[in-house]
Amino acid sequence: MLTLYTRRRIINVTGLLVSMLAMAFGLFWLCWILITLLSHGLTALTPAVFSQMTPPPGSTGGLLNAIAGTLMMSLLGTLIGTPIGILAGTYLAEFGQRGWLAPITRFINDILLSAPSIVIGLFVYEVYVIRVGHFSGWAGALALAIIVIPIVIRTTENMLRLIPNTLREAASALGAPQWKIVSFVTLRAARAGIITGVMLAIARISGETAPLLFTALNNQFWSADMNSPLANLPVVIFQFAMSPYEDWQHLAWAGALLITISVLTLNILARILFRQSATTH
Amino acid sequence: MNAEQVTTPKVIVRDLNFFYGNYRALKDINLDIAEKMVTAFIGPSGCGKSTLLRTFNRMYQLYPKQKATGQIMLDGNNVLDPKQDLNMLRAKIGMVFQKPTPFPMSIYDNIAFGVKLYENLSRNEMDERVEWALKKAALWGEVSDKLKQSGTSLSGGQQQRLCIARAIAVKPQVLLLDEPTSALDPISTAHIEKLIDELKKDFTIVIVTHNMQQAARISDFTAYMYLGDLIEFGDTSTVFTNPTRKETEDYITGRFG
Amino acid sequence: MKSTLLHQARLKQQIWLDMLFRGLTRLSAFGVLALLLAIIASLVMGSMPAIEAFGFHFLVNDEWNPVTDEYGALVPIVGTLVTSGIALLIAIPVSFGIAIFLTELSPRVLRRPLGIAIELLAGIPSIIYGMWGLFVFAPLFADHFEPWINDHIGTLPMLGPFFAGPPMGIGILTAGIILAIMVIPFIASVMRDVFEVVPPMLKESAYGVGATTWEVVMKIVLPFTRIGVVGGIMLGLGRALGETMAVTFVIGNAHELSKSLLMPGNSISSALANEFTEAVGELYTSALIELGLILFFITFVVLSLARLMLHKLGKGEGQTT
Repeated sequence: MLTLYTRRRIINVTGLLVSMLAMAFGLFWLCWILITLLSHGLTALTPAVFSQMTPPPGSTGGLLNAIAGTLMMSLLGTLIGTPIGILAGTYLAEFGQRGWLAPITRFINDILLSAPSIVIGLFVYEVYVIRVGHFSGWAGALALAIIVIPIVIRTTENMLRLIPNTLREAASALGAPQWKIVSFVTLRAARAGIITGVMLAIARISGETAPLLFTALNNQFWSADMNSPLANLPVVIFQFAMSPYEDWQHLAWAGALLITISVLTLNILARILFRQSATTH
Repeated sequence: MNAEQVTTPKVIVRDLNFFYGNYRALKDINLDIAEKMVTAFIGPSGCGKSTLLRTFNRMYQLYPKQKATGQIMLDGNNVLDPKQDLNMLRAKIGMVFQKPTPFPMSIYDNIAFGVKLYENLSRNEMDERVEWALKKAALWGEVSDKLKQSGTSLSGGQQQRLCIARAIAVKPQVLLLDEPTSALDPISTAHIEKLIDELKKDFTIVIVTHNMQQAARISDFTAYMYLGDLIEFGDTSTVFTNPTRKETEDYITGRFG
Repeated sequence: MKSTLLHQARLKQQIWLDMLFRGLTRLSAFGVLALLLAIIASLVMGSMPAIEAFGFHFLVNDEWNPVTDEYGALVPIVGTLVTSGIALLIAIPVSFGIAIFLTELSPRVLRRPLGIAIELLAGIPSIIYGMWGLFVFAPLFADHFEPWINDHIGTLPMLGPFFAGPPMGIGILTAGIILAIMVIPFIASVMRDVFEVVPPMLKESAYGVGATTWEVVMKIVLPFTRIGVVGGIMLGLGRALGETMAVTFVIGNAHELSKSLLMPGNSISSALANEFTEAVGELYTSALIELGLILFFITFVVLSLARLMLHKLGKGEGQTT
């Protein structure tokens, strides 16, 4: 017969042990995936990857055109999405206290934040690709911009809300008009946080595959024409990894490693930046 | 209630009521603020002293569901008139807050920010104005060689003087101080009290403070408020040494609040 | 006076600029709303031919035949729901354990790095999970786990049929497991954020009367954050339902309804990823778009519920992402 106290202690220890196991379980996959990625990716990561175009099956080549395409589309997607996101986030934090628009927009934005990205690809296909008549880099950039917007809105609003109201009052007390208060005082004070959000958004879109499948498609050759199908790392990885050719699979691993490294680097940089700004304030 | 007015009133408050939603936070306030004098509002927390101060530049208007009725006359214009342009009004009335609020920019730009809003100054004139304001705020000596540094890099007391410099740089007529020393150490507080005494030569000053000794030290007139009512208003020495109302006496002698 | 005139002129300009700025931000916020409406409208319009041709029968038809131009959504819908279900079954307890570890057990020095590690795991692009699943996990699973499952669970009377079938490594079960690995960090970090909402005083009072850590978690933290925890799970479900790349690699892409979880199947998102660019004919494309519409509808409902629940917990607080 166990005393109540012993039983409680046993339950406690068991429960805690199980949660430790859960933690180990989570980390186990992270390590396994990273190790696989490094071992396959590093052997495939030759200089040719950065200097040659994607090859036809059975021959060797690189990922240069895909890397360039991904950089171009991510850059344009960010450039299109960020200003809209910052403006809308500003509305939610600074002007949206009254009226119906802000609460509804906030709710919709939260949903768009985790909406299936493949549906966004479908949407851009329907409204842009069909209209223009062909797949293109612009369509891809547009789809990525739609993914950037909700992320930037969310961080902009959150960061602006962290700015104490007294700062707004102080600027207002000088007789400053609202657009000046917001753009020179509050947005400026929230700058580091917003940049963090933009970096996280870039990290997110640089690995997005699904929305590019029906928008940018792919292109085996070098192209810098945003109005034609554009090669990009995620779709190349998808196509090459699913193929039976070993050369292609190797390149897919190299691409996967590149993407993961850049995504993780962006994530870590964003965190460092945010932390630094938090300590100096 | 009838303090002898030795100077002309700068701000005349008549039948002022203030509402947070349905809650009436100020009840029929009547008082005159004397020009180029220091007027202090005292009272226990929640008595409405800060609320009263914030009606002078309509700061409450930043928030929904707050409204004021009655009259606040500044140079013959009703501040509460809906047609009154807020930015113009606030350029005439400077304000300094409980906690220092340096803007996220350099010391120089902190001061230039407000000036640029309403004046076109040449580079030289602006330099002079910044220096003038910093000297007035007794901060010039400490920051003259680091004007390009961020305003947030200063110490708390320096930040607060920077905020005072920023407020007076636009040459307002009235300066509102909302518990300007409550977040500061005693030495910085002494600095700022001395500064207030200097500033009243040029500006009409209204200060909210929860520190009665401070009110006694620096103000010419004192208003005692309680639960949204103006209980007593008169020149500071009378209010502190010979209050007419029992409530004031209780508060001042520490029996209450 | 000259200066007053200058003031007046500036003032007019400022009022105008203020309106412009406010209008611009308002327009952007409105754009988000318009975006949602446009997405719904374009999906509905794109799927009109399929809706007209098949009606509601589309939802329960398990046929998917481009040759005869007959399409039904049953197989991918079931695939999406079952893989997400498997994923949650695995992910919920594990994420819960991780969240408890991070908030209550972890030594202070490890708390931050481990938390960051979990968040980084959530940041890895899903295509990496898919590739890893295809090249590393599926072969291992086929060689070592599936035969065992066949022998031990596949022979049971009731459960058996669900776990019978050739050990191919690829199929619904594998897709569910990969999906679980992908949503674990996501759900865990939401749960951790939610657990941190509990006021320390509340926990301290419980410890003060002699409760064990486990009791504090189960009787104080969990009841206090119940809505938020469910919200976090729903958020993870939303992710799992719409996930494309992690699933497409390993689900097998077979338009067949099979009882066994070891058999290949299909999900809405992987059907889209595999077939959309190759679809010829209006009806085929339209049927695929209707699949997208169904997916959007399901995730919309799930995510709305998730947000409502998290919002209830946060109540005006700057809530979790």
